[in-house]
Amino acid sequence: MDLAELNRKLIAAARANPPSQRVPFAFEKRIMARLTRPLVPDYRALWARALWRAAAPCMAIMLLLSAWTFFAPAGSASGSDLSQELENTVLAAVEQDSTADWSR
Amino acid sequence: MEPTEAELIASVLKGDAESFEPLVQKYSPRVFATARRYARRESEIEDIVQEVWLKAFQKLKSFRGEAPFEHWLMRLTVRTCYDFLRAHQRNREAAFSELSDPETDWLERFVHHPADAAEHADAARQLIERVLEQLSPAARLVITLLEIEDRPVKEISRLTGWSVPLVKVRAFRARAEMRKILANIAKEKYL
Repeated sequence: MDLAELNRKLIAAARANPPSQRVPFAFEKRIMARLTRPLVPDYRALWARALWRAAAPCMAIMLLLSAWTFFAPAGSASGSDLSQELENTVLAAVEQDSTADWSR
Repeated sequence: MEPTEAELIASVLKGDAESFEPLVQKYSPRVFATARRYARRESEIEDIVQEVWLKAFQKLKSFRGEAPFEHWLMRLTVRTCYDFLRAHQRNREAAFSELSDPETDWLERFVHHPADAAEHADAARQLIERVLEQLSPAARLVITLLEIEDRPVKEISRLTGWSVPLVKVRAFRARAEMRKILANIAKEKYL
């Protein structure tokens, strides 16, 4: 089979049959109705779009913070005693009360 | 006196949406004809044309009036058709054993007496549609614009937004793709 000739014939067939320019009845009215219809905001779509857009910056911030906590040099005293400091702060009031009682 | 296109566009941009209707009326036949090159079902064609007009209305501010409105609109139409092709890439691997009887007859006639296989025959038109459906979106677009509509490469570049070298590369690949599909027909049917 001569494929080049087949190709030529098929392309010629496509050229010989241009598509119709027919427009459905009242199509322009339909388009104009769509265009002039008052816009009703789709809140669900707006929220979804906003959340979707926020996902990338949140991810970037999370990665930056992770990298920072991972690579930041550990502080000599404050970093290592963080748990101790937290405990002291939480129990400060209790300790104060107990010393007050002992002094009586 | 009828308002000119430029006046209608200026009026739409000022907020008078009704002035858009004469433009829709005037150019819809061309937009429909273009959409029919890439989609077969009437519902799909109407969806494409509707999307073209909605985009045209929304993006009208970007029309600078340096070129005719029709050129700007056709660029939008071709790009919307390309998006449609990319979104509907299904069924591209249909077997050629599913050719209809008239298509098979036309091919038989072509094999035995090539001169008798008329280009105007309905079967030939159906067959080329089937072949075009097998092409990738970019190949189909470039074959349609370059080979079927006989447009110059520069114009295709303007319509598609691809650079001239990219159009040439895609045309080369599209022709190869087309040859491969035709070779598959020959293999399935006659080997």
